[in-house]
Amino acid sequence: MQKDHLTAEERLLRQKNGLQQSIEHAYSNSPFYHQLFEKAGLKPEDFGKPEDFRSIPFTTKKDLRDAYPYGMAAVPLEQILRIHASSGTTGKPIVAGYTKRDLDDWADAVARICEMAGVTAGDIAQISFGYGLFTGGFGLHYGLERLGATVVPFSSGNTERQLSLMKDFRTTVLVSTPSFAIYMAEVARDMGFDPAEFGLRLGLFGGEPCSEAMREDIERQWQLKATVNYGLTEVVGPGISGECSERAGMHILEDIYYPEIIDPISGNVLKDGETGELVLTPLGKEGFPVLRYRTGDITRLIAEACPCGRTTRRMDYITGRSDDMIIIKGVNVFPSQIEEVLAGFREVSPHYLLVLHKQKGFIRDMEVQVELTPDGFTDRFKDLEALEGRIRTKLRSTLSLAPKIKLMEPKSLERTTGKAKRIIESEDQSLEQ
Amino acid sequence: MIKQISVFLENKSGRLVRVATVLGEAEINIRGVSIADTSDFGILRLIVDQPDKAIKELKDKGIMATVTEVVAMEVPDTPGGLAKVLSFLEEAGINIEYLYSFIEKPTHNAIIMMRVERIDDAIAVLEKNNVPLVGSDRIYSF
Repeated sequence: MQKDHLTAEERLLRQKNGLQQSIEHAYSNSPFYHQLFEKAGLKPEDFGKPEDFRSIPFTTKKDLRDAYPYGMAAVPLEQILRIHASSGTTGKPIVAGYTKRDLDDWADAVARICEMAGVTAGDIAQISFGYGLFTGGFGLHYGLERLGATVVPFSSGNTERQLSLMKDFRTTVLVSTPSFAIYMAEVARDMGFDPAEFGLRLGLFGGEPCSEAMREDIERQWQLKATVNYGLTEVVGPGISGECSERAGMHILEDIYYPEIIDPISGNVLKDGETGELVLTPLGKEGFPVLRYRTGDITRLIAEACPCGRTTRRMDYITGRSDDMIIIKGVNVFPSQIEEVLAGFREVSPHYLLVLHKQKGFIRDMEVQVELTPDGFTDRFKDLEALEGRIRTKLRSTLSLAPKIKLMEPKSLERTTGKAKRIIESEDQSLEQ
Repeated sequence: MIKQISVFLENKSGRLVRVATVLGEAEINIRGVSIADTSDFGILRLIVDQPDKAIKELKDKGIMATVTEVVAMEVPDTPGGLAKVLSFLEEAGINIEYLYSFIEKPTHNAIIMMRVERIDDAIAVLEKNNVPLVGSDRIYSF
C-alpha cells in the first residue's frame, strides 16, 4: 500500500499534522489529558516543532488503570460503538473504547498488516484467537474481511473440531498464538493427521512472544510461512506493526502510530537502533486517545531500508519488559534474555531462578539457578562444570555479563500455576569488608 | 563390571538422608558409598545389592540418578598393594577418573571401585597382570 512507501519528509509531515490533531483533540475533549496539560503548564499551541512533543508527560499503564472504566474517553459514550479490555491479571483491566471511525481505521490497519504478511483476497483465514474483550479475535477478523479474505471465526479452544474444520474448509491462513499453533500440531498428530498435509500457507502469530525456535518448529510442522505481528489494547489492539515477507523486524504503520524509543530509567528519547522502551502515540484516535503511551516493551527501531521496498521503520522483536529490567554493573538485563539462552540447552529445564546478590542496595552479582534434566546429568564433575561453563559463555555473549550458574535438582525450584516468581534478592553481609 | 548408582545432590540439608531413606524403604542394601562435592552440589556414588531396582525407586521419587559402570578389584590390604595395581594402568596409559574402597569382611582384602576412561582396556590390563577382579555377583549378593 502507498502509505508504507512514504518518503521521510512525507512521513514527518503526516506525523506532525497527526500529532497536532491528536493533541488538540485530547486537550479539548479528554478530561484526563486536559488536566495533565494544565498541570504541566502546556497548551496545544505550544507544539510547533516535533521536538516540542517530547515535553508531554508519558501516559502509563497505571494512568489507564486509574481511569477505569471510562476516564480516558474523549467522546460521549453514545459515540462509542465497541469496548475492549485487557485481561487485568495484575489489577483492574484497561479499557479501550472505539468510535465508528476508530473501528474503521483499525480494520484498515490490520488489513495492511495482513497484506504485508502475504495474505490475499483469495485466502481462507481461520481465526483461532479468542473473540471477546481481548482485541486479537475481532481485530484480525475485521482486518481480514477488509482485505477481502474469507474469514472462519473459530475462536480459541475446541481443538479437535477446529482441526477437522480446518481440513474440510481447506483453510490457508492460520491466525493464533504461536503456542496454540504448536499445540494444534500435536493434537493433529494424535488424531492421525500430518499437519503438513493441511495445506496451510501462512501463519499470522501474535498475542505472545514467538522465539525463533518456536517459529521454526511451527513452520516445519505445518509447512507454512510464519510471520509475527504486534499490538496492544491500550493503543488499539493488533495492527500496530507486523512482518513483511522479509521477516526482518516488524514494519510500523508510521502514518497512524508515532513511535519513540526511550531509556526506561531517564525517559530520554533514544536514537534509531538503540534499545529501550517503546512509546506509542496513535494519530487520529477518537474514542480513548492516548499520547506517548509507555508500552513497557523493550525493542529498538530499525531505520535501514527493508528489501521489500517499504519505507516504514521497523521495530525489532520484543526482548523484554521494562518492568522486568534488572541493572547489574551498569548492564541492562532482562529475564527473557536468560530464558531464551537456557531454552537452547537440553541439559537444563526451562525453570530457573535469578538470585540477585545485593550489597548496600546495589546488585553486585547475579546467580542463575537452573534445574538439570536427565540429559544433563552425568557422573562426571568435569561434564557438569563444562555445562555450567557453556551456559555462562552463552549468557556472556547475550548479556555482556557472566553470571554464576548453579545447577539444581529437578523440581527443586518452586512451581506456581500463575505467574512464576523468577527473581529473588539476597542481601549479602559477608561481602561487606 | 559393576553397576554403580550416581545421584546428583544439591548441597542442602536432608538431601542425603532422603536418598538413604528411599533405598531403605525399598529394602535395598547399600554395599559401598562415596560422596564427592563442590561448593554447589555433590555426586553420591553407591554400590547396592539391586542396582536396577534402586535406580527405578530413585527416579520414581524424582531423584536424579544415573548408572555408571565401574570396575571392582581386590587389592591386598598391605602397604604398597594399591600402588602396584595402579602402576599397571599407568603404564597402559589408562586414566582413572576416581576410585574409592571398602573392606570386605571375610578376606581382609580391600575392594577398590574404580571408574576409568577406557573400561574394556582397563579390564584387559588388570586381567593380564593377574589382578583379581570382583564380579557383580559377589558384590551384589554378599
